[in-house]
Amino acid sequence: MRSSLIVQAATRLLVGLLLLFSIWMLLRGHNEPGGGFIGGLVGSTGFILYAIAHGCRAAREALRIEPQTIAVLGLGIALAAGAFAYLAGEQLFTGQWLFLGRTEENYGVPLSNILVFDIGVYLVVMGSVLTLVLALEEEV
Amino acid sequence: MEVFVAIMVGALVTASVYLMLARSVLRFLFGLVLLSNAANLLIFAAGGLTPEAPPLVAEGAYAPPEGVANALPQALVLTAIVIGFGLFAFALVLIYRGYQNLGTLDSEQMRLAEPPESDPQPSTPQMSPMAELSK
Amino acid sequence: MTTWLLPLPLILPFATAVLAFLFRRNREGRWISVFGSGATLIAGLILFREVWMNGPIAAQMGEWPAPFGITLVADTLSAVMVVITGITGLAVSIYAVTDVTDEMEELGYHAIFQVLIAGVTGAFLTGDLFNLYVWFEVMLISSFGMLILGGKRVQLDAGIKYVTLNLISTILFLSGIGLLYGTTGTLNLADLSRVVPTVDDGLITIIAMMFMVGFGVKAAVFPLFFWLPASYHTPSFAVSAVFAGLLTKVGVYAMVRMFTLVFTQDVAFTHTILLWVACATMVTGVLGAAAQTDFRRILSFHIVSQIGYMILGLALMTPLAIVGAVFYLVHHIIVKANLFLVAGVANRIAGGTELGRIGSLYKGAPLLAFLFLVPAFSLAGFPPLSGFWAKYVLVKASMDIEMWLVAGIALAVGLMTIYSMTKIWGQAFWKPHPSGIVPKLTDMPSHERAPLMIPIIALAAMTVLIGLFPQPFVAIAERAAAELLDPTVYVTTVLGEIAEEAADQ
Repeated sequence: MRSSLIVQAATRLLVGLLLLFSIWMLLRGHNEPGGGFIGGLVGSTGFILYAIAHGCRAAREALRIEPQTIAVLGLGIALAAGAFAYLAGEQLFTGQWLFLGRTEENYGVPLSNILVFDIGVYLVVMGSVLTLVLALEEEV
Repeated sequence: MEVFVAIMVGALVTASVYLMLARSVLRFLFGLVLLSNAANLLIFAAGGLTPEAPPLVAEGAYAPPEGVANALPQALVLTAIVIGFGLFAFALVLIYRGYQNLGTLDSEQMRLAEPPESDPQPSTPQMSPMAELSK
Repeated sequence: MTTWLLPLPLILPFATAVLAFLFRRNREGRWISVFGSGATLIAGLILFREVWMNGPIAAQMGEWPAPFGITLVADTLSAVMVVITGITGLAVSIYAVTDVTDEMEELGYHAIFQVLIAGVTGAFLTGDLFNLYVWFEVMLISSFGMLILGGKRVQLDAGIKYVTLNLISTILFLSGIGLLYGTTGTLNLADLSRVVPTVDDGLITIIAMMFMVGFGVKAAVFPLFFWLPASYHTPSFAVSAVFAGLLTKVGVYAMVRMFTLVFTQDVAFTHTILLWVACATMVTGVLGAAAQTDFRRILSFHIVSQIGYMILGLALMTPLAIVGAVFYLVHHIIVKANLFLVAGVANRIAGGTELGRIGSLYKGAPLLAFLFLVPAFSLAGFPPLSGFWAKYVLVKASMDIEMWLVAGIALAVGLMTIYSMTKIWGQAFWKPHPSGIVPKLTDMPSHERAPLMIPIIALAAMTVLIGLFPQPFVAIAERAAAELLDPTVYVTTVLGEIAEEAADQ
């Protein structure tokens, strides 16, 4: 199946934008609508668009890692983030916070294991959606 | 409001039962998708419908204002949708593979895993998935 | 504080799954799986010891207090089930070292298997109804994957039936959750056990029936069992052993939990239905087995028949009957997984599972014949094996409340079980092989033989051990039954001060 020139040209622009947008969605997710799940979906759309324009093989090459591996790595990251609370002597999946450069009036840069968990979710969603979609695309 | 959603759930279940009674496994799968949507709507309605009051905490506040929507059913439905999405995508791939390998979508003819019958049924010519659907 | 112990049987399989998947192309993957299963078993044992010494424990995930957050709870029943899951998991992952082909390993067999184990332990440990749904799904999706791994045509055919029927049960379960939340406003099991009796509403009984059907499909009770004999004989032997041992038992466990903890408002109605469902399940399962001629297919129908006994224990709802049900659950997981493993070895050396096409196994492999007889007799209920005590307790429980017909059915089904076990014995082990060969265990190279035989011998030894020294196991079952019939301890463990305050008022 050859896709049209318009799709190919637009893809070049859109893939980068979609990936950036997905990361922005991931990072704003703690206090506002967004997060790992929705970010992962948007990110996978980028690669799916690429697969539609240039074929599945090209999309797999652009990914460099197999989508299944991405999903499993994400699972590992999310699990590690949850188990990190053990080190602080608290229950699994309890939020741990570190405020970099905290002052009286400013919280500084908030870092947390919740963000790490969200990154794991992002990878799981992106990996598993891509696994399914690429497998279906190659079958049909 | 809940009454309308309840009627909608009923309509979805009716349609899904009709689809699931078909012999084609693809139709059966569509019926299942409708049924799972009906279940999700059911959870949503069971949690109470409060339109135009999203459960969001305003900036600087520690609690949402009075009378916001119950966030729990929304979270449950979201989880159920995500899980359902994965399961149905898997089932679709499985049915497609099955169609490729077994050459049929008719559940009556899927007897490969059953014990062999004494008089084998005559095999009918293969049909494309689209032809099966329009039957 | 020992609550950090609780999530370990969940984390370990997940972590093993991640590692095993990353190493799926190397031989290390399978050993990671074996070590991970061993670690899960050890975690389960430590957890059980803790629960046995100090009573049930609960942990609130993310430090969100119950009933708002997700709770993990281990009472005696949960802890025992986790230990048994660990034992089965370890046995099957050792067996899989030989039985699973390189091709299946490359597709990630070990990772999917570990996720399945995590799903099963999660379902046993959770104290939240929606979380139970999520664990069911984790279990279900990995079992889908395992069922069709290998991609033989017969597996696809079986897979479609398994997937579609299980999806229906899942949706019923989900609708039940929705309605229950609508009526009670909570999904925490301990909280539900407090709230449900205060709701004076016939709807609760309808919801209970929805759960009964939803879990009934998972547990494969009459008349909802059709997917089981249609699919369990198709995947590889390691897969069907873990399915036969664990998956249906999760359905039974969920039923036991829900119908002792939550839905006790109308026992006369719900448990009478369960009683006749149990009898019909026992009879149809064993009759179905009598009509089959395939090793694994006979065993599949026997799972259905044996599920009936466990449901029977739940349906009678007397302390002794619940003891019987718990004992039966534990005994049956070990025995049934073992029989499927034996079938795998028979298939490997005799060249099939269709009884007409194999034979001479007694002549060629007397050790295997003996190892078949131990679980087979145990399943039928011969003394002094584990199945005898399980059946004895259940039959005595039904006679105690003068259910003569039920006791008679349970005994008759035991006899019928012997009939089809004799059929396997006569055809596969006793009669000469149709092609004249004499299959021997030594036909396999020793590095293949050891991983196949070690789990079979260990599980058979466990059956004999439970049979000869049933006292400690009955004591465990008694403690589990006492906790099930009086959920106060469970509720206070989970809800802590909230429940005590409510009791004061």
